[in-house]
Formats: sequence, structure tokens, C-alpha cells
Amino acid sequence: MCIQVTLLVIPVIDSSLHSCLLLIALWGLIGLIGLVRPMSVGFAGRTLFLLGALCGAALAVVAAASLTAAPEQAVLPLGLPDLPMHVRRDGLSSLFLFLLGAASAGISVFAAGYFRRGEGTAPGLLCLQYHLFLASMGLVLLADDAYAFMVAWETMALSSYFLVTSQHGIPEIRRAGFLYLLLAHLGAIAILLSFGVMQGGSWQFTFDAMRNAHLAPQWAAVAFLLALLGFGTKAGLVPLHVWLPEAHPAAPSPVSALMSGVMLKTAVYGLLRVTFDLLGKPEWWWGLVPLGVGLFSAVYGVVFAAAQTDMKRLLAWSSIENLGIILTGIGLAIVFHGVGMNALSALALLAALYHSLNHAFIKSLLFLGTGAVLHSTGERNLGRLGGLIHRMPWVAWLTLVGALAMAGLPPLNGFVSEWLLLQAFLFAHEVPRTFINMMLPLGAALVALSAALAAYVMVKFFGVIFLGQPRERALSQAHDAGVLERIGLGWLAAGCLALGLLPTVVVGTLGSVVQHLSGDSLSSAPGPWWLLVPLPERKASYSAPIFLVSLVAVVVLTIFIVRRLYHQRVRRAAAWDCGFGGLTARMQDTAEGFGQPIRHIFGSFFAMTRELPSPFDRAPRYRVIVADRIWQSVYVPLGAVVQRIADAFTWLQQGRISTYLLYSFITLIGLLALML
Amino acid sequence: MKALDILTQLLELVAALAAAPLFLGWVNQCRAWLQNRRAPSIWLPYRGIRKLFHKEAVIAENASALFRVTPYVVFGAMVLAAGIIPSMGTRLPFTVAADAIALVGLLAMARVFQSLAAMDIGTAFGTLGARREMMVGFLAEPALLMVIFVASMISATTALPAITENLADQTLALYPSLAFTAIAFTLVLLAENARIPIDNPATHLELTMIHEAMLLEYSARHLAMMEWAAALKLFNYACIGFALFVPWGVSTGAGNPVALLASIPLLAIKLAVMGAGLALIETLSAKVRVFRAPEFLASAFLFAVLGLLVHVLLGA
Repeated sequence: MCIQVTLLVIPVIDSSLHSCLLLIALWGLIGLIGLVRPMSVGFAGRTLFLLGALCGAALAVVAAASLTAAPEQAVLPLGLPDLPMHVRRDGLSSLFLFLLGAASAGISVFAAGYFRRGEGTAPGLLCLQYHLFLASMGLVLLADDAYAFMVAWETMALSSYFLVTSQHGIPEIRRAGFLYLLLAHLGAIAILLSFGVMQGGSWQFTFDAMRNAHLAPQWAAVAFLLALLGFGTKAGLVPLHVWLPEAHPAAPSPVSALMSGVMLKTAVYGLLRVTFDLLGKPEWWWGLVPLGVGLFSAVYGVVFAAAQTDMKRLLAWSSIENLGIILTGIGLAIVFHGVGMNALSALALLAALYHSLNHAFIKSLLFLGTGAVLHSTGERNLGRLGGLIHRMPWVAWLTLVGALAMAGLPPLNGFVSEWLLLQAFLFAHEVPRTFINMMLPLGAALVALSAALAAYVMVKFFGVIFLGQPRERALSQAHDAGVLERIGLGWLAAGCLALGLLPTVVVGTLGSVVQHLSGDSLSSAPGPWWLLVPLPERKASYSAPIFLVSLVAVVVLTIFIVRRLYHQRVRRAAAWDCGFGGLTARMQDTAEGFGQPIRHIFGSFFAMTRELPSPFDRAPRYRVIVADRIWQSVYVPLGAVVQRIADAFTWLQQGRISTYLLYSFITLIGLLALML
Repeated sequence: MKALDILTQLLELVAALAAAPLFLGWVNQCRAWLQNRRAPSIWLPYRGIRKLFHKEAVIAENASALFRVTPYVVFGAMVLAAGIIPSMGTRLPFTVAADAIALVGLLAMARVFQSLAAMDIGTAFGTLGARREMMVGFLAEPALLMVIFVASMISATTALPAITENLADQTLALYPSLAFTAIAFTLVLLAENARIPIDNPATHLELTMIHEAMLLEYSARHLAMMEWAAALKLFNYACIGFALFVPWGVSTGAGNPVALLASIPLLAIKLAVMGAGLALIETLSAKVRVFRAPEFLASAFLFAVLGLLVHVLLGA
């Protein structure tokens, strides 16, 4: 269906840039149509979301077809007089447009079955916000001047803010939304300043002008660091991550999926665009900053994910980890690029891009899985779930695909990108800088640690929600997801499988994107389609199809032999449980219990407050509150300082219009004096 | 020539499948001797597996399909792992599909499935075992990866046969970095295979067990597969150790049936020594509390990292 639509579109508009713009405009239009009948679930909530999904699929097809095509430019008749919007599509844009289209297609289909009446914002308004969000993300990826970029970037932040606060009746959600808005603007200011530095005195804000502006090395570094600050805020890098575990869980699940799976990737896109395209020649030491921050975020994020008891918050922390891994790859690529190790630079960048794609599919799938559970049970707390594999088999098995992929297990997609990243790390000791080549292999140790912890987190996530006995009586009423929701989940799970089983295709395509972006390429000639050999001289290879076929063959053969040679007798009985009897659901490990070893081992990461009962307590209560240490040690003091400064200036607030007019007048005079 | 490679591959798989319970029996026998007990027969593990296969399988009422398929998945993962590790010859066709990192991933997959299956019934012991297994796992996995990294950096590849060939060629070259990683690997081997001091394969004392706690709800053929898989895991770890630290005697050249035949008794000798050493370590050490396990594994991790630094600093 989607292919037919694109085939219809393509003859009319032969440029893929134009078709991308058309599809993005269609998203906006779909959103506006939602306002025609805002209260209708069937029309605004179902039909229009399905149309949006179709647009997404078409966008994915168009973008995939244009991945290796030459860049195209256009000027839109939009914007301020004398300041039209420039747009440009190249390989990097196409890659992220593909990610946006493909992931959002699955999410929109799911959302069509998900949104119901009586959940916060009216369906029509939700439809507008949702599609505006999609369209603005698309425009961010196509923008070719700072003005268009910032407009799209801010629209993205605002529309997602309204989506996050769609259940604004709940105070925590309002608070989460405000925190998100605050940090989003902090990041936007940093990005704006970065653009300001990059125009390099030409006062031309098109990206072309920035590419041609030859900045002094120190100013280039300032621009890079500002961009890292700005995009890092959006990507949720520690210590700018505080909004992420609040805002992502607060949103409705399809929106959480969109934010975690897709929106965070726009930050990756922005950073790559600035570093490798606009600034052009990154120096090797720049890479150390994202490398260090990325590694720290990866470990910090996954440790906190392991300690969570709310399933969506757990996934949000896991996103911080994954963005940390992506940033590690980018940092490594910059270091390699700067010292002229081109093949390794390409490999590290490729791993980062691959992981971005993987994370988009996996995290969307997992968030949608939690959405289905939330709808069916009304419960987000892991302590009140359990045993849902019997009640919701479709959701459980499709989520299992995502959980295994997130745990980085072969032959799924999460493994491939980590494999590539580790391959790049492995030869980092050949960097001709003594200190660096000693420290870099330690980075591999941290990547390995966070990958292993991710498996821990995923066992906790899947095991506590879907396995075991239901922890609440009400769970026996849980029902499986509807058809549309299953299709959405299935689409994303299929994406995980495809990305995992065809790494050579993905690597080949990403390789050309990387080559256009940074000029580095893998030295290898393309091998057979089933064998991934990123660095031929290293003799390391991996073949997902053979791996999967062998595993399935061995398992099936074993089952066959065992059943054939012996017998198939099976008797169902009550659980043995060492013969103790009286087994209840309360005896299972809770989410808190499963996080206990992590709290014990990584105790210094957490700010924990314990309430211990006294031995003579009649009704003993044990309570432990686990909080983010960075919030308490950085943000709370920072907030106090801001408050104090604001208090000191309260005398400015007179409450009379005339006084404020006077202020404006004085400012104007001051500015005139400065300019003349 | 190609036929010989396939033959080597098959020979390794068959040898691993057949010899794994024997190796376990040998370790148990050595341990009994060292502890002044009368040793059980070396064939006991085989008899146990055979007995289990003939029994009727009893499965808990609320077990899902995941619980039933896990024994086969874990077993399959261990068989594939045995196909990657060059224990007799390095010309293994399957190793093209999976290198040392994929091997670690394969072991992780077995661990994740086993833990999920343990949580499936929803008993206190099962979830406790799963949690502890994952705790040991997330500490041991990076340590193992670091061990493999040092060997990979020396050989400039992550393909296990190429590492073995490279290390076996340099006769009696002593790498200081490998000495550190050998210590780390030993600690990882003990922890990952549910040996003393982390876990006790002979105990069913509820509060201390890890691996056994996960198997409590399994019976008959499912339990047999799990036990066989555990024996295979120990065998695989032993062979990883040989491939990295004592690779001599493995048939490295192409098309040399004599070298392949000669490697079989050599492997048997290595396994015998390794088993005796394992029994000695288990006899000499006491089981540590579960919460000391992270310290134990953190030291493994640090030894591996130390090996890495030594390699980077000395280039050896």
C-alpha cells in the first residue's frame, strides 16, 4: 500500500526532497483536519492516525531510496521577508528521515488503536499536536539555515510539551512538563549561540555560509562545545538528563515511544550535522568530551534503570544509557578522524548511526509494549504486575523481541551495533597519543559493563511484567492488545529482526552516508551479503543469518531427537517450590528486590534515604527512597542560587505599567548609545 | 581440505557433547579424593542424564512456553559455543559467522533465557536465583570480554581461531599481560560455572544457591538438558582458557590430519590437569557470602583491566 502511494507521488514530483517536503506538509494537514471533528475518536483518533502512519511509511520509502543520492537544495517561499527558509536533503538527512518515517509508521498505527476518549486532551487536539510534532521533526532534518532549524526545533519542543502534558490534571505531569520545557529552552539557547558563533562574522545564517566560514580553531571549539551542550540537553546526557526520566514516562505511551525512539535522534543528527558538516574539520581532542560524557551517561543511565520500579521510567533511564553509547561512538569517531585513522573513524561513526537506528526501533517497541500493558491493567508500577504472558501473549512475545534486542543478544540488532563499537574500541590503542591510547581501551570496558547491565535491566523488565504469577487479583481481567496495536508492535519487532539479520545491507548503506558526511570510509570491498567483515585486515567477521539458522537448527534438532528417542509425556502440577507449599504471588521477587544488588554495588550513585523500623515497633514500616544524586547536588543548589538572585531583584517589579515602560525606554536609549 | 575442516568442526562438536559430562565427573571425582571422600563413579553424570531422560516431565501449571523452550535454547547456545572455540583445530568453518565477542553474546543469551525461565513460575527461589545469576553475569561478562580483548589486541583480531593460531605460533613467548588476564579468567570461570567460592554445585541450601535455584522447577528431560548444558558450559570455559593461555598442540595448519589426531590426547591431558586444578581451588577455598561476590568479580575485572594496561604500556 505505502509503496503504491509513493509510486503515485514520485512521477509527479521527481525530486526526493520535494516528496519529503510534501509528506511532511501532509502530516501538518492531517493534524489540522483533526480539528474539524475534535471530539471524534473514530475520525481524529483512528482514521487520521492511520493516514499519518501511511505518510510515515511513504517517507521511509522515499528516504531509503534517496540514501545514496546526491544532495538537493531548495528555497521555500516561507518565513520572514528577505529571510526565506532553505532546505536541503543529503545522505545524513535521508537516514534520519528514514528513521523518523519507519518508526513513526509503527507508532502511529499503534496510536490509532490506543487513544480513547476521556484521557486528557481531546482526540482532535492530540492529533494536531502529534502530527505537528512529526512534521517539525521532519523539518529539523531538512532545514538548511539556522532560522528554519530553530523554528522547527522549537515547534518540536513545544508540540511535544503539549503532548507530554496531555493529562494535565495530574500535578506531577505538569511539573514534568515544565521541567522539560525549561531544559529544552536551555538547550535551544546553546544551539542558537552555537549558530551565532558559526556564522563567523558573515551574518549569513544559511548552513552554506557556515560551511564556508573559516573559523579560528578556538572559535570552532567553542561552537562545537555549545552545540554539544544544546544537543546534549535534548539527548538527555548526564548531567543534563534530569528532564528525561520525568517527561518521557508522563506522556501517553505512543508519545513516549516517539520521544525516546525518534526525538532523541534529532539531537544526534544535529550534533553530527554541526560537527562533521558545518564545522567540517573536527580536531581530535574535541572527541574526548563526548566520549567521556557518553561513557558516563551510559553507565549512569543503566544503573538507574536497574533501580527503577516504574516500567516507563525504567525505559526512560535506559534511553539515557543508549544515547550515551551513541555519543561514545561519535566521540570515538571524532578522535580517530582527528588523528587520521580513517577506517576506524568510519567504523565508530557507523556504529553510532547503526545504534541510533536500532534504538529507534527497540525503544519504540518497548514503550508501546508498556502502553499496551498500561491500557490493559491501568498499572505502571512493576510491583503490581506479573504473569501477563498468559493474558497478553501477543504483547509479551513481541516485547520479548525488543527486550532481547535491547539486552544486546545476537542475532538481534542491538548486538550488531555494540559489536561494531567494540571493534572500533579494540584498536583505539593505536592512536598516536600516549595518554589517549592508554585510556581508550578502558572505554571499551565501560561499554561492556553497560551492555551487560542492560541485559540485567531487560531481564528485570520482562521478567517482572510478563513472567511469574500476577501480583494483583485485578490482573486476571487483563486483555491482549487490539489488532491495530498488534500491527504497530509487529512492525517495530520486524524492524528489529531485519536490522539484526541484514547487517551487511545496513552497514553498506550507512557506509556511504558516513563517507559523504566525514569523508572517511571503510577500506573493505563489499563481501557476500550474509557476512559482515568491517575491517578485512583484522579477520573479524560476523554473520547473523548463519548464526540464527544454526541456532534454530540445533534447537529444533535437539527437540526432535529428544522427543523421538524418549517420550513426550508431560504432566501439569502445582509448582514444586522445594515442597514448601502455600506459594503466593507475594513471595516473588519485586522490582525493588530485583534492583537490590544494584543499589548495593553502585550505592555511591544513589542518594538513598532509609526509614528503618525500631525493634519495638507494633506496625513496622521499612521505606527506602532512591533519588538521583545529581538532582540533589547540582540542580537543587543551582535552583537556590537562581532564587536568591531573583529575590534580590524583586524591587524591579513595581507592578505599574509606567515603570515598565520606563524600563523599556531606558533599554532602548542604552542600545542606541551602544550602536551609534 | 575443505572436507577436513568440516570434519574438524564435527569432531569438536561431538567431542564437546560427549566429553562434557565426563569432564564434570572427573572434577567431582578429584574433589572427592581431595576431601577424603569416596569418589563417585566418573560416569555418574551420564547416568544422571540418562535417568532424567526416561522420567515423566512435571511442569508447573502456570509455566509458559518460554519455560519449556528454554532448556533447548540454553543447550543449543552451548553447542554453538562449542563450535566456535578451537579446542582441537583452528580451521573451523562456523567461526566465520561468530567471533569472540559473539561467543560472549551467546553465553549472555543462555544466561538471559535461563534467568527468564527461572522467573516464569513465580517462586521465591526462582526469582532469587535469577536475580543473583544476572548479578554475577553482569560483573563476569565485562571481565571475560576484557580478557578476550587483551588476547585480541595482541593478535589484532577478534576471531578466536586467529587468536589461537597467533598465540600458538609464538612458542613459549611469555606475555605479562596474559598472566594477569589468566588470573582474571580463572575467577570468571569459577563464578560463571557456579563453583565455590561463588556458588556450590553440591548444595541445595536455599539461601546460598544461585544456579541450582534456577533449576528447581525443572524435571525430567528439561532438567537433563539443563544439566548437560551446564556441563557443556564448564567444558567450553575450559576450552576458552586453553585457546587463550595454553594454545600449544592445537592443530593450526590446514589439511593436517596427523596434527588433528595428535591434538585429541593433548586436549584430554589439558582437561585432566584443569579439572584437578579446579577441584583443588574448590577444596582450598570457602564459599563467600553472596554480597562478597561483587568484590570477587570486581577483582577479576580489575585484573583484566590491569592486563590491558600492561599490554598497552609494554606492548606485550
